[in-house]
Amino acid sequence: MERSRMFQVRIHGRGGQGVVTGAEMLSIAAFEGGRHAQAFPSFGSERTGAPVVAFCRMDDKEIRLREPIMEPDALIIQDPTLLHQVDVFSGLKKDGYILINTTRTFEQLGLGEFVKWFKPEHLLTVPATELAMKHVHRPVPNVPLLGAFAALGGLISLEAVQAAIRQKFHGAVALGNMAAAREAYEIVMEQEKQAEAHHA
Amino acid sequence: MEQTVVKFYQTGTFTVGNRLLEPDQRSVQANTQRNNSLNSGHRACQGCGEALGARYAIDAAMQATNGQLIAANATGCLEVFSTPYPETSWQMPWIHSLFGNTAAVATGIAAAMRVKGRSDVRVVAQGGDGGTTDIGFGCLSGMFERNDDVLYICYDNEAYMNTGVQRSSATPPAARTATTMPVGPQPGNVFGQGKNLPQIAMAHEIPYVATATVADLRDLEYKVTKAMSMRGARYIHIFVPCPLGWGAASHDTIRLARLATESGFFPVFEAERGEVTGVSRIRHQVPIEDYLKPQKRFAHLFGAKPDIETIARLQAIADRNIRRYGLLDEAAPTAAQNRFKRLRDPLGDRAAYPATNVGVE
Amino acid sequence: MLEQCEGSHAVARAVALSRPEVICAYPISPQTHIVEGLGEMVKSGELACCEFINVESEFAALSVAIGASAAGARAYTATASQGLLFMAEAVYNASGLGLPIVMTVANRAIGAPINIWNDHTDSMSMRDAGWIQIFAETNQEALDLHIQAFRMAEELSLPVMVCMDGFILTHAYERIDIPEPEQVDRYLPPYEPRQVLDPNDPVTIGAMVGPEAFTEVRYLAHAKQMQALDLLPELAAEFKQVFGRDSGGLVKPYRLEDAETIVIALGSVLGTIKDTVDEMREQGIKIGVLGITSFRPFPIEAIRAVTEHAKRIVVIEKCFAVGIGGIVSRDVRSAVQSRPQQVFAVVAGLGGRAITKASLHKMLLEAIDDKLELLTFLDLDWGIVNRVLEREKQQRRSGPVAEGILRDIGTVSSKIG
Repeated sequence: MERSRMFQVRIHGRGGQGVVTGAEMLSIAAFEGGRHAQAFPSFGSERTGAPVVAFCRMDDKEIRLREPIMEPDALIIQDPTLLHQVDVFSGLKKDGYILINTTRTFEQLGLGEFVKWFKPEHLLTVPATELAMKHVHRPVPNVPLLGAFAALGGLISLEAVQAAIRQKFHGAVALGNMAAAREAYEIVMEQEKQAEAHHA
Repeated sequence: MEQTVVKFYQTGTFTVGNRLLEPDQRSVQANTQRNNSLNSGHRACQGCGEALGARYAIDAAMQATNGQLIAANATGCLEVFSTPYPETSWQMPWIHSLFGNTAAVATGIAAAMRVKGRSDVRVVAQGGDGGTTDIGFGCLSGMFERNDDVLYICYDNEAYMNTGVQRSSATPPAARTATTMPVGPQPGNVFGQGKNLPQIAMAHEIPYVATATVADLRDLEYKVTKAMSMRGARYIHIFVPCPLGWGAASHDTIRLARLATESGFFPVFEAERGEVTGVSRIRHQVPIEDYLKPQKRFAHLFGAKPDIETIARLQAIADRNIRRYGLLDEAAPTAAQNRFKRLRDPLGDRAAYPATNVGVE
Repeated sequence: MLEQCEGSHAVARAVALSRPEVICAYPISPQTHIVEGLGEMVKSGELACCEFINVESEFAALSVAIGASAAGARAYTATASQGLLFMAEAVYNASGLGLPIVMTVANRAIGAPINIWNDHTDSMSMRDAGWIQIFAETNQEALDLHIQAFRMAEELSLPVMVCMDGFILTHAYERIDIPEPEQVDRYLPPYEPRQVLDPNDPVTIGAMVGPEAFTEVRYLAHAKQMQALDLLPELAAEFKQVFGRDSGGLVKPYRLEDAETIVIALGSVLGTIKDTVDEMREQGIKIGVLGITSFRPFPIEAIRAVTEHAKRIVVIEKCFAVGIGGIVSRDVRSAVQSRPQQVFAVVAGLGGRAITKASLHKMLLEAIDDKLELLTFLDLDWGIVNRVLEREKQQRRSGPVAEGILRDIGTVSSKIG
């Protein structure tokens, strides 16, 4: 994965799922890794349950661009029910990354055709809600998804994600979130290994 | 040889100007050392009730605070006649900002004094009825709710006088103003439910609320002094006749204020944290006509065919006040009794008035 | 020290470091995070020697600041949009009285129709009130400008409006260098008032001034803003000495040396414009950017000096004057009036509509091709406009305009950007 140019992540979810906090933590993790990062929400009327989008840009130099991310390098989809309601894939770069919070596969989600030409190691699923319930007892999938994102390598490290978690949360919730992030990280690392083996 | 008995009335009475009393029994105004905070040379009308009330109130406040007082003033008659460019009558720090924000400006001044550790410097806010009950209402309520350490004084002449006598929410029913002319089926101001600022202030449960008039200036000084002995939000509503706006003779200002009190139309009382603690009892009740007749703003109620029904409705308002505040009630605590109790002095252990119960009964 | 934090948080830290004595605020999107942050700092004791007052309206907020400032305290408040209008009377009062209040305006559109997103309509509505108006390009600059604002306000005895794009800056997480308290103390001395309510030296503030002197008093307000034209660059230079970075000043040139086309704008959109300009430079187009930091006083000479050689000036502004056209472009046009340069007004980003590189690129090429109108509304959907005009022609009871348009567009939430 290139490090020299800007990397743009778009996060889709619903109000109440921590989409905005997720983007913020992603930017903190990038910062911890010594990079410039910019995170901001799409500015729609936010209500619990309504579709929400947040953005995070990362770069090695100052980020001046302020427009919404129209051509993301990576998509994080926190709620698969959005898949057929909102045009989440709009502008996704060819060979971009798609990380979905789900227990199902891309095929089972009805995306098999759509992702046919994507590199398998760019298509990732992680049961983030389940992990969140297990470690933090709240169905907020944003943190496990960040742990999963760290497993993509080259952008943010798991350590940086843990640092971001400690900045945003305290006490038992922080510890729980850190464990959830680690487990998600390991799940995706496993998926990556398998995909690479399949490729080879 | 015949001897003529000459009665000296001045000696021993508690009229406000009496300098023959003991020094500590004199009113603030009678004191040759008074501050003259609102100095002479201002441009108020002949007989202006507001100028009279303001002079007494602010000098009393200056005395009570050892001169450590800052005033915020609303737009209105008082502001305009006291600061005609390039002169000012004020012998104390004074700011005029806007019409409706006086209470908020005072809040800011009090906050500045607090943050600078100057708890000895006190703040007074003052405005007319327009700037208080109408446009300044929001800021006033905010100041009350926060219990900011401000004494707010409203000089109520019952209309927007400075701009030409337009009606305010303090204008009494049936009164003529430029926007409530005595024409049509309901001449003069409408009979609404009124907007009772002292009651509203009491509903905010602030430490001290009082009404006063320029007919009892000792009482006015006492109430201001008492208010300055407390901290937190305080409100004094002073009834100040306006000869020009009311169409009254300029020498009738104090008399009209007394008639308003004695008819019951303007109740004089004090309250703490929402409960009435003292009233000025009516000494000789007068019918409402006695109060209305000297004012041209009520002239349309009289004449060849007096508007008996409207006069009766006005009398009913006075009667209700009498009932509500116990203005004829022998048992009700009087403001006079309160006045002559030892007052807590914020700066030392000095009684403002003697302990003996002497009054102008 | 470097931190990754929200713009609002950076501003709260800047204000706290500036040792304010009275903070009063009324909540309005998108300024809320700033005052919430400050409120918490005061309540916890982290920000000491400071009174935080919860007021009942924006009118009260600025009025409390007026009282506090007149009594010698360093006063701060923040607002946006409707709130700025609600305190309009007090805005004029503060500058008329010469009180050095600092106020953040988290730029937001003004209704009707109600809109909580970013544009510059609010600040522009108060551009003639006599406040100094400075615009931040980034959150770092927003932080820096607040510190400079207290300094410039107190030196000039004029209130200062620090404008930063609502949501786009206030709610964005970015890398910020938070200064040390010693640095700020070095730069910003305690407040020494020119006039103060003091029982030991009484003065009357706010007297009525008649025809004999009003013109002179008002001219002096203008003269003070003219002084600011010299002071602001000095303060920026001193800021660089103490803090080590460029912030503030009057204007910010970017790749102007041989530019034939110059793009002028205020605020955060400058970042997107610079990226666009870099791409066009790679294609060999001679184009540059001039950011205006100080909108009031308007830096006529500074703008004239750097735009002399350009063929055309394109002003991108997030505001417009109904019934006539652009606002910033009008001021720019008057600055360069004696020259043959064309000044184009491009109204963009109203009510938070995204300004994209793609749209800018297309529009700038049109300008270079001499195909741009003097007044353009970027990305305006003519279909919607014409449908409304047609509907109104057809029937008297055409219904509320905004609701009709929203019905035409369909659900907004399923769109991106």
